[in-house]
Amino acid sequence: MIEINHLTKRYGVLKAVDDLTFSVAAGEVLGFLGPNGAGKSTTMKMITGFLAPTSGSIRVCGHDVESAPLAAKTCMGYLPEGAPAYAEMTVRAFLDFIANVRGLAGDRRKSRLDDVISRLALGSVLEQPIETLSKGFKRRVGLAQALLHDPPVLILDEPTDGLDPNQKHEVRTLISAMSKDKIIVISTHILEEVDALCNRAIIISNGRILADDTPRNLKARSATGRLDDVFRAITTGAPVQGVAAHA
Amino acid sequence: MHNICTLFRREFASYFATPLAFVFIVIFLFLTGVCTFVLGGFFERGQADLAPFFTYHPWLYLFFIPALSMRLWAEERKSGTIELLMTLPVTLWQAVLGKFLAAWAFAGVALALTFPMWITVNYLGDPDNGTILAAYVGSFLMAGGFLAIGSCISATTRNQVIAFILTAMVCLVLFLLTGFGPAINALDGLLPQSIIDAIASMSFLTHFSSIAKGVIDLRDLLYFATLIAISLAANAIVLDMKKAD
Ligand SMILES: Nc1ncnc2c1ncn2[C@@H]1O[C@H](COP(=O)(O)OP(=O)(O)O)[C@@H](O)[C@H]1O
Ligand SMILES: [Mg+2]
Repeated sequence: MIEINHLTKRYGVLKAVDDLTFSVAAGEVLGFLGPNGAGKSTTMKMITGFLAPTSGSIRVCGHDVESAPLAAKTCMGYLPEGAPAYAEMTVRAFLDFIANVRGLAGDRRKSRLDDVISRLALGSVLEQPIETLSKGFKRRVGLAQALLHDPPVLILDEPTDGLDPNQKHEVRTLISAMSKDKIIVISTHILEEVDALCNRAIIISNGRILADDTPRNLKARSATGRLDDVFRAITTGAPVQGVAAHA
Repeated sequence: MHNICTLFRREFASYFATPLAFVFIVIFLFLTGVCTFVLGGFFERGQADLAPFFTYHPWLYLFFIPALSMRLWAEERKSGTIELLMTLPVTLWQAVLGKFLAAWAFAGVALALTFPMWITVNYLGDPDNGTILAAYVGSFLMAGGFLAIGSCISATTRNQVIAFILTAMVCLVLFLLTGFGPAINALDGLLPQSIIDAIASMSFLTHFSSIAKGVIDLRDLLYFATLIAISLAANAIVLDMKKAD
C-alpha cells in the first residue's frame, strides 16, 4: 500500500509537484503519465525517500518515508530514471553489492540472484563491466537491482525509455509477469505502454493530477478510442479529435 | 556496521577497477623518493632518520589526497548513482563513513608501500624506529584530515576537477600555510601574537610535525579526530541539503 497525502515539492519558486493525494493498493499497476517536466520523477524520488517533500506525507507499506526511511526503503525496489549503476563494476559484483546491502544471505540470496539473472537474461554478461553494456542490458541490470530482494512495491521510472521495440516488449512481459500481488508504479510518456501494462493510469501535468482512471475508461473518453488523443486533450486542455476539452 | 563494511568494500575495490590506483601509487612512491633523496638531501645529511622523507608529506598530500577524494561524491552525483545509493536501506552516515574509510584505507596502502624507505634507513644506520612509527601514524592521520575535507568538498559538486582544485586550495590556505613558517611570519606585527598562535594551532603542519618528532600527544590526536569528525558531519549535511542536483 502506498498512501500519498497532499504531497508538494518546490524547487525554488517552481512547484514541481503540487498537492498530490492518491493511494495505490496491492495488485495495482499504476501508470504515471504526463508530459516531460510534469513532475513524475520528482514524485518518485520522494516516494523512494531520495528527496524530502516540501510538505505532505508518504507512507509505504505502513512506514512513513520521512520518519522511518529504512523500513520504507526495505519494502521498495526502485529503478531511477536512466538506470544509474556503478559503471566500473561487473554485473556480478554489482548484484552482489546490492544483495549485501539488502541483507540477503544463504540459500535465499542464491535463489534470488539466480532468479533475477535468469528473468532478465543477464547470464551472458555477468563478468562484463557495466560501462561496456548496451543500453538494453544496462536497463536490465537496473531492473535486476530493483527486483533482487523481491519487494512488495516497485517504483520504475521510465523502465523502457530508449529501448528498441523488442527490448520494450521483453521488459513489459517481465513487468506483467510480476504484477499479480505487487504494487507497481511505472512512469512513462509512452501511452501504448499504459494500455499494455497498467490497470490504472494517473495523468499529471505541472505537478497536478488531471485524471485518475483505468486505461479503458480513459480511452472511452475519445470518439477515436485512442489514448493519445485523450492524453493530449487532458494535458493541453484543448479539444483534440473529438475529445471534449478538459474542464 | 555491516552496511559500512559493504559500502567500504565496494568503494575500496573501485579504486582498483582501473589502472588509476597503480598509477597513483607509482607516482606517489616516485615523488616521495624524489623529495627524500633530492630535495631532502637524505644522504648528504649523514643522519639515520626519515625526517627528510616525512617533511614533504604535507606538500605531497596537497596534490595526492584531493586526487583520491575528488571522486568520492562528485562521481556519484555525475553518474546518478547517488540516487541509487540513497534509496537503498543505508543511512547517510553509513554511506559517508564507508566511502571515507575506503579512501583512507587506500591512502594507507600507498603510505605503507613506502616501507623500502624504512628498510633503507635501517640498513644504512641505526634510526629511532619509535620516532619513525610515530611519524607514520601522524602522516596517516594527516591524510585522514585532508581526505575528510576533500570528501566534504566533493559532495558539493558533480565536477571532479572543481572538487580537486577546491580541496587543494582549502587545504593549502587553511591547513598548511597557517603553520608554515614563512607564511605565518608575514603576519608578525599585523596581528597580535595570541591570534597568530591560535591560527598556527589550527594547522596540519603544527600537529603533524609535533607527532613526527616522535611524541604522540593526545592533543594532536584529538585535533585530527575532531577535524575528521567535523568534516564528515559537514559532508553528511551537504548531502542531505543538496541531493537533487
Ligand atoms: N533538481 C532540480 N532543480 C530544479 N528544478 C528541477 C529539478 N529536478 C526537476 N526540476 C524541475 O521540476 C519539474 C518536474 O521535473 P521531473 O519530475 O523530472 O518531471 P518528469 O519526470 O515528469 O519529466 C521540471 O520542470 C524540472 O525542470
Ligand atoms: Mg522523469
